[in-house]
Amino acid sequence: MSPEQGNFRTWWRSGAPWIWLNAGAVAISLVVVVGLLALIAARGLAHFWPQDILQITYRTSVETTEVVIGQLAGTEEVTPERFAESAGTPAPTGLESIERWLVKVGNRDRLPADFRWLNHHQIESISTPTELVRVERTEWGDFYGTLSAVLEEGRLVAEGAAAWAALQPRIDRVKTLREQARELQRGAIGRINHQLEGLRLERRSLELKDKATPEALADIELREQQLADEYAVLQQELNALYAAIDRDIILMDTAHSEGVRVPLSHVVEATQPNALSTIEKLGRYFHNIWTFVSTEPREANTEGGVFPAIFGTVMMVLLMSVMVTPFGVIAAVYLREYARQGAVIRLIRIAVNNLAGVPSIVYGVFGLGFFVYLIGGTVDEALFPEALPAPTFGTPGILWASMTLAILTVPVVIVSTEEGLSRIPRAVREGSLALGATKFETLWKVVLPMASPSIMTGVILAIARAAGEVAPLMLVGVVKLAPELPFDGNFPYLHLDRKFMHLGFHIYDVGFQSPNVEAARPLVYATAFLLVAVIIVLNLTVILMRNHLREKYRALEN
Amino acid sequence: MRSKTDIQPGEAKNTTPVSVAVPRPPTAAQNQTERRDTPVCLEVKNLNLYYGDKQALHDINMQIPERKVTAFIGPSGCGKSTLLRCFNRMNDLVDGVRIEGHILLDGADIHAPSVDVASLRRHVGMVFQKPNPFPKSIYENVAYGLRLKGPQPRRELDERVERALKSAALWDEVKDRLDDSAMGLSGGQQQRLVIARAVAVEPSVILLDEPASALDPISTLKIEELIYELKADYTILIVTHNMQQAARVSDYTAFMYLGELVEFDNTDQLFTNPRHKQTEDYITGRYG
Repeated sequence: MSPEQGNFRTWWRSGAPWIWLNAGAVAISLVVVVGLLALIAARGLAHFWPQDILQITYRTSVETTEVVIGQLAGTEEVTPERFAESAGTPAPTGLESIERWLVKVGNRDRLPADFRWLNHHQIESISTPTELVRVERTEWGDFYGTLSAVLEEGRLVAEGAAAWAALQPRIDRVKTLREQARELQRGAIGRINHQLEGLRLERRSLELKDKATPEALADIELREQQLADEYAVLQQELNALYAAIDRDIILMDTAHSEGVRVPLSHVVEATQPNALSTIEKLGRYFHNIWTFVSTEPREANTEGGVFPAIFGTVMMVLLMSVMVTPFGVIAAVYLREYARQGAVIRLIRIAVNNLAGVPSIVYGVFGLGFFVYLIGGTVDEALFPEALPAPTFGTPGILWASMTLAILTVPVVIVSTEEGLSRIPRAVREGSLALGATKFETLWKVVLPMASPSIMTGVILAIARAAGEVAPLMLVGVVKLAPELPFDGNFPYLHLDRKFMHLGFHIYDVGFQSPNVEAARPLVYATAFLLVAVIIVLNLTVILMRNHLREKYRALEN
Repeated sequence: MRSKTDIQPGEAKNTTPVSVAVPRPPTAAQNQTERRDTPVCLEVKNLNLYYGDKQALHDINMQIPERKVTAFIGPSGCGKSTLLRCFNRMNDLVDGVRIEGHILLDGADIHAPSVDVASLRRHVGMVFQKPNPFPKSIYENVAYGLRLKGPQPRRELDERVERALKSAALWDEVKDRLDDSAMGLSGGQQQRLVIARAVAVEPSVILLDEPASALDPISTLKIEELIYELKADYTILIVTHNMQQAARVSDYTAFMYLGELVEFDNTDQLFTNPRHKQTEDYITGRYG
């Protein structure tokens, strides 16, 4: 044997290649996970940075130029062949690759598209004048231009440089008024609608039971009349608010036209990003992130925030955990503690493990057929006959979605609970039994508390799986836009029959069902990042609980 | 059922030593001297125990006197722990165990269908080889058995926990940290806590299954002192590998070998003048 061979053998036997292999596998996993998170975080979070508005002089032909105002949304390099193919004009000679800029020019109501590709070699000059304004609107997306005048009820209030100072308090005023109108609609008017619906169902219920006496009907009618009167008063109040919101109008100049009228009632925010210092931009950045997580979506989900989706996701996961934990634990206790261990139990255990491998869409179909149509339909017939044919529980909703995910995740809870139960030392059980405790008391007072960290591990896995699941939810309760949250101020506060929004579905919807792909793309990243963050927060909460329990029930280790 | 050995405690008192009816089988204890003078607490009659097809105990007959310490010695696997676990029916938990014969606790058969196992175990407490406190506070460990009887007034519970800890000679060491986890105690303290836990429910018999084998010499000494004190109130059965320990703490000693009760006598007699060669071989260290 040559010395080299001997060295190789020693090296091989030392286990070094094995360690390198292990470390390599871990490193690759880490790179993939960190890279993925970094990508969605960078793309998603960059969207909220208040970028400068560029004023670009763009050469459209040899003798003509035009001015383009907008924010840079992205750049790409293409080969001359591809350029010629997509632009329909021959590529300029002497360039190896052509750089193209994607510029968000906004003004969707006035321009053919709110994103535009510019060829870099045709750009003559770029400037960032401080007076350029970006106006975020409730309709038609962003508006870019310069502010020329502020009008109040058609009268000129401020003009030119003074206009910007006059604008901000008016936007705040509109914001306050809009908030009041919303409050009124959601609060008082919402309650009246809720009560009117209740009265309608009451009348229908009386008719169904043949108890619709004239007195009872008259009573309902009287109460309806009272509500209608209240409603009329509130409606007037609301109209007054809307009139007040419509008071102000601003005039803006764009690259193409002057004196464009933008009603302040449509304005959410107006900023001059070019005039902001870095610190101010940072402030705006966090303000934008907060707006994203705390407001409702607008414009087919391509603008505004994702609050209802966050709320729906968290609530669905919590409901799911509340249902899956006791169910899984009870099943595991039977399998491990009471059932006679044999072929049948082994078969059941294999079946439970295999359940975890069933495609989730199958659970969705099952949930739709079993929970929604069968159970929901039966519940409707038994408890809400007055509302039929409109379904109450016989339609997809958050309750059925949570239950579907609960049966989807119950295998992991069963498996980890069983594991926990089997790890409890026999000595501890015998100690309890020897004191005169029954098997049930021993389970309840000693074994289950000691197994609780393992149960928590099951819940962690269940949450991780459930929060990321989208496909089954599309069948049993998730919608693109839910008008109301499943939790509000109207009795019974928790509306388990309502449909809800979900971050995972939101990603799909914004990314692939959106009419405005370019506007939606950063939102997809931001929403994905948010979904990951929500799952991490939910999991961390349970992990902290588990660690606390572990500390408490640290078993006999000696 | 092959035979009956009806040795009643009252009857035993009147008989003269040595001449009492001889329990079967002949290899079992024959010399029953002063043991006759104290009331019998536990009586074993023709006890056979099988693990599946394998017989682990062969026709055991013995009478265990009240408020004395009875030690079981013998080589590993001789069935002494199995026998001990018969007295509170812990063997019920083991799959495939079959028991024939009778064990009478104060004259009543513990295998009778009317007997509630849980309440039997409250009368016959048990302490295991390895300390097995629950992962709860010291207080809750002692109160565990008491709470099983239903909600108790806090003051009474406090008193009984204190009494139990005092009788297990642990009170002075833990009285300032009753709410700390029992897992923080040393092995010896944990074992005394487990004894306190067993004492708290006020059993009449305490079974100790090698209670000191996992402990250091000082803790062992403390447990032995404790056994000596507890004997005033409880009938104590102790399984031990340590012959010195058996000699130190017990009033009576039973020597078992291969599932049979070879000799059962008062401790001094058994250690100084064993009747059987097997016993002599064992205590002189020739095997085991």
